[in-house]
Amino acid sequence: MSASDTPKRSMRTPLGRVRSLGAAHSGTSDFWRQRITAVAMTLLMIPVIVVIVMLFGRNQAFAAQTLGSLPIAVIMLLFIVASAWHMKIGMQVVIEDYVHHEKLKLVSIMLNNFFSIAVALASAYAILKLSSGV
Amino acid sequence: MVEFALPKNSKITGGKTWPKPAGATETREFRVYRWNPDDGKNPSVDTYYVDVNDCGPMVLDGLIWIKNHIDPSLTFRRSCREGVCGSCAMNIDGQNTLACTRSMHDVKDGAVKINPLPHQPVVKDLVPDLTNFYAQYVSVEPWLKTTSPTPQKEWRQSHEDREKLDGLYECILCACCSTSCPSYWWNSDRYLGPAALLQANRWVSDSRDEATGERLDNLEDPFRLYRCHTIMNCAKACPKGLNPAEAIAELKLKMVERQI
Repeated sequence: MSASDTPKRSMRTPLGRVRSLGAAHSGTSDFWRQRITAVAMTLLMIPVIVVIVMLFGRNQAFAAQTLGSLPIAVIMLLFIVASAWHMKIGMQVVIEDYVHHEKLKLVSIMLNNFFSIAVALASAYAILKLSSGV
Repeated sequence: MVEFALPKNSKITGGKTWPKPAGATETREFRVYRWNPDDGKNPSVDTYYVDVNDCGPMVLDGLIWIKNHIDPSLTFRRSCREGVCGSCAMNIDGQNTLACTRSMHDVKDGAVKINPLPHQPVVKDLVPDLTNFYAQYVSVEPWLKTTSPTPQKEWRQSHEDREKLDGLYECILCACCSTSCPSYWWNSDRYLGPAALLQANRWVSDSRDEATGERLDNLEDPFRLYRCHTIMNCAKACPKGLNPAEAIAELKLKMVERQI
């Protein structure tokens, strides 16, 4: 609801205000993806922790060798995709909850998308670089 | 941004302490939110002492006793006094409930603290403005919608299908659930809230209704439905023991079901 359409100032009927611009006919996809990524992260969490513990205190060569293994690299990449996607949806929900200024909300959601994609790409690049032994 | 602090004109200041009733042997302290739109002052909390030997056991009995014996200007809604109409919904001792079904003896330790339902505009004292809440209820079109020719007698329903409405039809629209929901506090202009969504699910779940898909279309929205974050305050607050959060979860499940 825009500032000019707040209940105090508007002469719209209460039902007109509630109906407003109508239903967006979306939201289910994000809701479902948030659940899928949550389940994926739960399943991937244990192998990811095992890999991280294995890499503690070891040198880059060992890291490159470990991540060079296809299953381990795939698990790490899947975890990055799931967590970045989950983070993006979760942050968007928080922004929509608390940021009510329409322009600020749009900019925040846009930055959230950019940030999530950047984090995902940077993390994936690091894994690929290490696993390829470069 | 969301306002986490009360606006200046809503900040509670002092309040009057009314004298104890003469001759009373046992009293109970009531601290009641007061606000009068006509005097231009901020809200206050007045302290009253109720003669518990001269009034019924419920919080509503206490309020009526105050109105009759101490302060006729105290304003609140009440009607059935038995948990059916939902008029006397208010925040008692920090929880939204009905004043007529909450015993003042269940409020332990000290005064019975009474405030209007949270985060709604106040009309006067304990009377909230529920215009938006009722409009949201209307927006879910809470009536049977059919296109088939109307039968000679009635729309028939099996016992099993009728049972699916249990836990949904009993809602009395007191607004205890919606006004206890933080998500509703922040986004009540777009989020329909637990009460309206429970009612929406009541009609979506009705086997006689022929507009199920249309109803789901109308709800499928990041704000109307998906502002519910399963906080569960609604289920805790409901004085009728209903579970709006479960009804909302069922709606979400149906949304996914029709896409997958």
